[in-house]
Amino acid sequence: MKADVGAPLAPSGASQLLRLPAFGRKIGGAAEFVVIPALAIAVSLVLFGVFVALFRKNPLDLYFYMYQGAFGTWFSWQNTLTRAAPLILTALCTALPAQLGMVIIGGEGALLIGALTATSAALALQGAPPLVVDVAMACAGMIGGGIWIMFAGALRHYRGVNETISSLLLVYIALAILNFLVEGPMRDPTSLNKPSTPEIGAANMIGSIPGMEVHWGLVFGIIAAILSYILIYHTVFGFAARVAGGNIRAAKVVGLSVGKLILIICFLAGAAAGLAGMMEVAAVQGRTNANLAAGYGFAGILVAFLARQNPLAIIPVSILLGGIGASGGLLQRRLGLPDASVLVLEGIIFVMVLASDTLYGRWSFFKGKAS
Amino acid sequence: MNFDKISRRHVLQGTAAVALGSALPLRPAAAAETTVGFIYVGSRDDYGYNQAHAAGAAALKGMPGVKVVEEEKVPETDAVEKTMESMINLDGATLLFPTSFGYFNPHMIKMAQKYPKLRFEHCGGLWTDKDPKNAGSYFGYIDEAQHVSGVVAGHMTKTGKLGFVAAKPIPQVLRNINAFTLGAKLANPKVTLQVIFTGDWSMPVKEAEATNALIDQGVDVVTCHVDGPKTVVENAARRGAMVGGYHVNQAVLAPQAYLTGAEWNWEVLYPRFVKMFTSGETIPNFYRGGLKEQLVKVSPYGPMVSEAARKQADEVKAGLTSGDYVIFKGPVADNKGKTVIAAGVSRGQTDAELEKMDYLVDGVIGATS
Repeated sequence: MKADVGAPLAPSGASQLLRLPAFGRKIGGAAEFVVIPALAIAVSLVLFGVFVALFRKNPLDLYFYMYQGAFGTWFSWQNTLTRAAPLILTALCTALPAQLGMVIIGGEGALLIGALTATSAALALQGAPPLVVDVAMACAGMIGGGIWIMFAGALRHYRGVNETISSLLLVYIALAILNFLVEGPMRDPTSLNKPSTPEIGAANMIGSIPGMEVHWGLVFGIIAAILSYILIYHTVFGFAARVAGGNIRAAKVVGLSVGKLILIICFLAGAAAGLAGMMEVAAVQGRTNANLAAGYGFAGILVAFLARQNPLAIIPVSILLGGIGASGGLLQRRLGLPDASVLVLEGIIFVMVLASDTLYGRWSFFKGKAS
Repeated sequence: MNFDKISRRHVLQGTAAVALGSALPLRPAAAAETTVGFIYVGSRDDYGYNQAHAAGAAALKGMPGVKVVEEEKVPETDAVEKTMESMINLDGATLLFPTSFGYFNPHMIKMAQKYPKLRFEHCGGLWTDKDPKNAGSYFGYIDEAQHVSGVVAGHMTKTGKLGFVAAKPIPQVLRNINAFTLGAKLANPKVTLQVIFTGDWSMPVKEAEATNALIDQGVDVVTCHVDGPKTVVENAARRGAMVGGYHVNQAVLAPQAYLTGAEWNWEVLYPRFVKMFTSGETIPNFYRGGLKEQLVKVSPYGPMVSEAARKQADEVKAGLTSGDYVIFKGPVADNKGKTVIAAGVSRGQTDAELEKMDYLVDGVIGATS
């Protein structure tokens, strides 16, 4: 979105700028944003089919099993959505700071800290009504994760430390803190061979969405993505963030408080990942242990980049990657492909989507009336 | 917002199209066949924990009427629940082996409650009376094989210094370290063992650093308890040290340095379980064994292992195999001088006290926390 904020000087005028999001004005039709990524994914699937054919597996079987495993049955759909749920939240941890031109890749750390603070809140409130416990867990998780990423933002703003490196290193610190607490002060003495905190209690567990076996993290993720979208594209605050992301000096000249923007956005980003950690505890694991470091934070980076940092696009991209994860099992079982083949597909999609960035605005077909 | 409308409509249309597709039936499993599902936390060819289980799964493939489905690199989250359900729903699996320790609670328990007619078998020995009856857990007393490996190491070390690269200071790992050390001290009472904890199950970089650090300190026999011993074995051999293997036979990685090793023997257990299952017999919920029950084994000795070492190791192995040899027999002191097993007390393999082990025996250099 960086290039878009440079456009206010275009003849279309300031009044239109206030009414419409920048990218919508620049591109005549939104179709481009659907067709180009879809094309990139289609090309990736064809390339992956060629790759699989090199191993003497039938690509048609491949596509059939991928479809079956990800979307072919109601069970497969739930499998896909279950895997997508944490990705929406962790992807926001990368996509929100990206509006400011920051590359934060430490969502995993915020997820772990969020899980720890949420678990601590639940353990401190044992005996309270479940609703109170769950709300406290959510708040604690979001605050914990938020402060974690805000720290990376503060280092960048006040000390000039590269936020990509610092947020990544903070992941390892978070993991060390988690291991220390889980194996030491917070350890449940009965968890002999799998050091874990005490359980938060069955009554405090958040159940599934009615009618399906997907936990509420999916709903919270979708709500968070929509709220982020509104914040970024339909509020003055979001506009200011994008201006700062486009040209930080210009933002300072017009009097925007860049430091405040960085801290707030980073806090929100970390809060999203922290909420993902809280949901993993409250809806899946029931306690904190090393199982939480499952890589959701890192997968979220991929989702955010594939979604081109657009909070709304994160939802379908998460479902797509969830589906690839869900079908990966079936590929292993039916075609005898190793797990790494799924990584190959994800890698191909990643490269294709990034490469397809160069196509935007180049096809006259999409240049509707506004240009 | 133009973009909003289009994308939302597209999503809805896509969903509808896919929902129609859902009506297509999946290939059902043949009724006469028993489908067994195996789930691994790492890759099947890790020369370690997961490869040992995959070898056990491979041993089933010749059995008539048995179909094996496998999935690797499944994390210990709700992903494993969905993998189990996917095997049940799409492959028709009726017997499942989620093999990683962290799959048990809450994931496998949840699935066992949801599918009470199917059978779930977990490696790790965590099952208690409170858990579902269609779930079970099994584990091997691999410290017996480590003890034998320790005897060989004690004979072969020239510096009198042994090294152990371990993941976490949890009871199962401590028990291996202690059994190995006690074995080495049978051969050479003056021997010491330096332990380094890497902090997690799969940390190849730290494992390599730990191996190098041990050898720099004069250690000449290295063994380990991590998920994939490949790094440790290869690094130790490259530095000219001897190695004791773990999980599976790593002799192919270091034929000139591999003394022996402690191996799982799932190739024997899994066919045993599947036979029980297909014949309608109930698999015991709690199943354990060591060398005697053939749940673990000792790798064949390497060419450099001396006659004296072979002789004593074979004696100890014979004692463990017949069941009248006890590794943890008092008096045993920990490395802080405290008596942890009093004189005259003999803690056999099934002794619950051993499950709570939180000490390192005398002769081990290192700390549990």
